[in-house]
Amino acid sequence: MSYTSPVSAPRLFFLFRLKPVRLRAFQALLRHIVVICLLVVILYPIAWLFVASLHTGESAALMGVGFNFNHLSLANYGSGLTGSLDFSRLFLNSLLVAVLEVIGALLSCTMAAYAFARLRFPLKGPLFAVLIGALLIPGQVLIVPQFILFYHLGVVGTYIPLVLPHYLGIDAFFIFLEVQFIRTLPRELDDAARIDGCGHVTFLLRVVVPLSLPALATVAMFMFINSWNDLLGPLLYLSNPHLYTVPLGLSEFIDNTGQSSYGGLYAMSFLSLVPVAGFFLAGQRFLVQGIATTGLK
Amino acid sequence: MATPTVTRPGATTVGPGPALGALGPRRRPRRGLGRPDRQLVAYWFLAPWLIGILGITLGPMLYSLYTAFTSYNLLTAPKWVGLENFRLLFQDPQFMQSVGVTVKFTVISVPLVLVCSLGLALLLNTGIRGLSIYRTLFYLPSLLGSSAAIAILWITVFSQPGLVSDVMSFFGVQTGSLIGNPGTALYTIVVLNVWAFGATMIIFLAALRNVPREYYESAAIDGAGRWQRFRRVTLPLITPALFFNLILGTVMASQTFTSAYIIGGATGGPAGSLLFYTVYIYEEGFANFKMGYASAMAWLMLLALGLFTVICFATARFWVHYGDER
Repeated sequence: MSYTSPVSAPRLFFLFRLKPVRLRAFQALLRHIVVICLLVVILYPIAWLFVASLHTGESAALMGVGFNFNHLSLANYGSGLTGSLDFSRLFLNSLLVAVLEVIGALLSCTMAAYAFARLRFPLKGPLFAVLIGALLIPGQVLIVPQFILFYHLGVVGTYIPLVLPHYLGIDAFFIFLEVQFIRTLPRELDDAARIDGCGHVTFLLRVVVPLSLPALATVAMFMFINSWNDLLGPLLYLSNPHLYTVPLGLSEFIDNTGQSSYGGLYAMSFLSLVPVAGFFLAGQRFLVQGIATTGLK
Repeated sequence: MATPTVTRPGATTVGPGPALGALGPRRRPRRGLGRPDRQLVAYWFLAPWLIGILGITLGPMLYSLYTAFTSYNLLTAPKWVGLENFRLLFQDPQFMQSVGVTVKFTVISVPLVLVCSLGLALLLNTGIRGLSIYRTLFYLPSLLGSSAAIAILWITVFSQPGLVSDVMSFFGVQTGSLIGNPGTALYTIVVLNVWAFGATMIIFLAALRNVPREYYESAAIDGAGRWQRFRRVTLPLITPALFFNLILGTVMASQTFTSAYIIGGATGGPAGSLLFYTVYIYEEGFANFKMGYASAMAWLMLLALGLFTVICFATARFWVHYGDER
């Protein structure tokens, strides 16, 4: 059982002359302790952020490393979401952009993936090589030329430069992920559909999409999280504060923040993490499987 | 056994059967999913992606290759200057600084992430109970790591007063603000990158689970100790995952932007210690509108990462072992 473990309890413990069964239980306990300690260290800052966000005024900045549970209130959340900061609008903006990008990625990636995974057509090989090549292009290399393009199209300052690329299959990785998944669906499905006189669109919508839901869910969640966390895109393209997304709002916020409003900053920061964590925890089975399988195969 | 009604390549009048043909007035029945070897309908499905790859990927890339040799501020037409941008870049101390920062960050953080995530993957791959819960919780930071909120939290963790300086002063060590200190600021982002190691760990974990148990058993029978089993069995068999994580980690690390921008600002933090390459592209291209200069930087980055990837793939056959070859 523990063959797979080069790092487990040190040999020292053999000195205890425990019976093998006891020893194994002891090793397991030790492993749990190590893992839990690590988790506490890793997740502590997030818990700290939450408690600090419940402190108003300067006490948020002065809480120190320990938790101080005195005088907690949700006031920072109220003042952050409304009033001059008005983060509720930013959250809606971020949500709108994220939903539009998710829809775009699902549509364009599923269509392209279906073609690559299921159809035979001239130039398929070279085009697939282009897809793999696009996978390796670092996205940030494209920011300058894309900005020039969108500038000349006169759409800088709108959501179009943020959203449109996802409707045009910019997410090569998601296409690749879906191709890998759709390829595994049995060929007999195609034959059966052909005999039934089913067209490609019907086949895609009625057969491929329902069977690929795990892959589609993975794409949707990653796309949502990427979009939600994106700072560079909004920073480049948005100048009107009414259109700001949450990361951009936080970035501006921290530039103009004294210690007195740290509570509000913490509250909005914590709140911005909630959708990502929520999405992930809701669909973590898909996500973990998704990256684990597509990463390697 | 094939029936005569199955569509063959080249056969134009053979259909699925009389039932479908009888539905419409046309003699030629619907072909359903089409002739198997030339499904030109594929291009309809590929249309959005094809437009995208030409219009917003390859086209702009070629255009930026052109602008890299020009002086261009968006308002007036690009003016050809030859290699001037590249000459200026290599004389630009800030550019050199940004290269230094990015390379230093990548070289330190990627191996650290690889070692930590492999170590923990090994620990979690011992048949530990509650694996899925642990895996989920360790993975969570890697989704949050690139957000503005965590970068803001990092400022609080590493400044003075801050969580780390509090803990250290408890042990009698006065650290001061680690983020305000040019000597340590970069390491706070290294820690951020290590903190978000979960995605890398998951890939190692998947690879470890694919290592056949029998290999360990026969190695143990041959008298291999723990370290030898790891060195001679585990490590070679997970090299594909290592390879993948190395390339992906390097590409991601060299493009670090959000955390550097939030913590260090557009000018790259204390004494330029957080002037990441992408931050400098952003500053030159979008604050100073030197599009030609920024394009030249972007292309140098593409070439550097391309070269790195090519070297990885070229050397892969010496150190990456795929299961099917013996």
